[in-house]
Amino acid sequence: MPKKELAKLIKKEQLKPDIFKFSLLAPQIAKSAKAGNFVEIRVSDQVEPFLRRPISIYNIENDIIEIIFQVKGKGTEILSKKEEGNEIDILGPLGYGTFKYEGCENLAIIGGGIGVFPLYELAKSAKGKNIKTYLGYRSKDFVLLEKEFEEVSNELTITTDDGTYGKKGFAIDYLKQEIEGIDKIFACGPLPMLKAVQKLALEKNIPCQISLEEKMACGMGVCLGCAVKKVGKEEYLHVCKAGPVFDAKEVEI
Amino acid sequence: MNTKINFAGIEMKNPVTVASGTFGYGREYAEFFDLSKLGGIITKGTSLKPRSGNKPPRVCETASGMLNSIGLQNPGVEYFAQNDLPFLKKFDTAIIVNACGSSIEEYVELCKILNTLDIAGVELNLSCPNVKAGCMAFGNTYEGVKQVTSEVRKVLDKPLIVKLTPNVTNIAEIAKAVEDAGADGVSLINTLLGMKIDIDKKRPVLANNTGGLSGPAIKPVAVRMVYQVAQAVNIPVLGMGGIVNGDDAIEFMLAGAKAISIGAGNFIDPFTSVNTVEGIEKYMKKHEIEDINDIIGKVEMN
Repeated sequence: MPKKELAKLIKKEQLKPDIFKFSLLAPQIAKSAKAGNFVEIRVSDQVEPFLRRPISIYNIENDIIEIIFQVKGKGTEILSKKEEGNEIDILGPLGYGTFKYEGCENLAIIGGGIGVFPLYELAKSAKGKNIKTYLGYRSKDFVLLEKEFEEVSNELTITTDDGTYGKKGFAIDYLKQEIEGIDKIFACGPLPMLKAVQKLALEKNIPCQISLEEKMACGMGVCLGCAVKKVGKEEYLHVCKAGPVFDAKEVEI
Repeated sequence: MNTKINFAGIEMKNPVTVASGTFGYGREYAEFFDLSKLGGIITKGTSLKPRSGNKPPRVCETASGMLNSIGLQNPGVEYFAQNDLPFLKKFDTAIIVNACGSSIEEYVELCKILNTLDIAGVELNLSCPNVKAGCMAFGNTYEGVKQVTSEVRKVLDKPLIVKLTPNVTNIAEIAKAVEDAGADGVSLINTLLGMKIDIDKKRPVLANNTGGLSGPAIKPVAVRMVYQVAQAVNIPVLGMGGIVNGDDAIEFMLAGAKAISIGAGNFIDPFTSVNTVEGIEKYMKKHEIEDINDIIGKVEMN
């Protein structure tokens, strides 16, 4: 059940010139948050910018949730200026579609770019399973969280499109090579990557969950803005409520 | 202190309602507060048959507001009656169903069904700008509004409110059509038709190209139209458009609204509607107003 909480920013780190990590003291939200959930953040108490910003949860630790976000527009710009000690108005945890790995032993986790963030809590919470993680980045300068994912994965493959760091090419190229024996695939990242993962999972008949994003307003299933089409039907689900994590067989992307 | 009002025959404990399409059927917000604190709930636009809605992207942010083109996605009146209405009836608040259709026949069929349900009233949606047929196509002429409203009036004994589009030249004339057709109240404004272009892709952001603008950006337009309509008709006005707090609500009431709706304001904070109830009470205390009815239409023009 989502809560509104004034969360104290207890630690702020700048991971890249445009990427920030916030540790937020939000006991009520942290208590019920699951891997795959997101929060909606009100960056200003005025009406400009108007809407909350949906941001995925990177890590849940006791009373603390951590988020990592890229500065993309005015909302995230304002958010990035918050200082330690500031209180931030957040709604969460949001999304009833979360990562499910019960009954699976061999997990493949694949992420691309800033889509890797919600996969960390998944890998961490699935500790004890055999986890192969594949993270793809554009180039060396974009690689982040290598150490963190190494700690929560049995095997970690880092790729860069241009080969300037890790293995050259797309993360999915390496997942394909090692697909035998995988019980379930979990993916979050740019749309072309998700489409490729979805196709691979369907071809190999491997259960797969993908985390999606769509332009969103309320974040709770009220406005019906963040629609995603059901496979084979003229019906829509909503990223904020049925998702953000969907069964790859369920949605057209 | 009295905050009770009677709007078009509907008793409300306060003048604060929530606007159609911004509150679903109440379930999500009921997790945050007791819905009985509201004067009324206007449901998501509901049609005779289920509607799947428009392609995404359906929403985008704009300066102090947002555009939406949901396309009236809803489960249909049958599903509503069986699943959502019993839930809403658990709360002590007026349930008003926003009714939408693609043809006069559809509006009439729908309202025949609504007439049999345990609801406080109907808000006839003649103003959604995001669907190809019906709604705004009827709502932007005097004749269109009068015709649909008259036909619905014949089959609906419950209080009938008609929701108007601001995308017209003379809003007062349209409101007159509502009154002339025998409706009990008028609500305004629905969203203003707008468009946002992604300059890198050189395409509109919304899949439907255009959408309805809502939020504080449209408030001055809404206040002006509420004033004009309140001057033109004798039936009560339900005012909305960019209200996010008690002060905004009071502004609409001074302009002539007997009740108000919180719309997009629900999206920025789930508590906007209940906070507005408190904000109105605070204003009444500060200005020593005994009865909220005393401020309706009390703006003194320059």
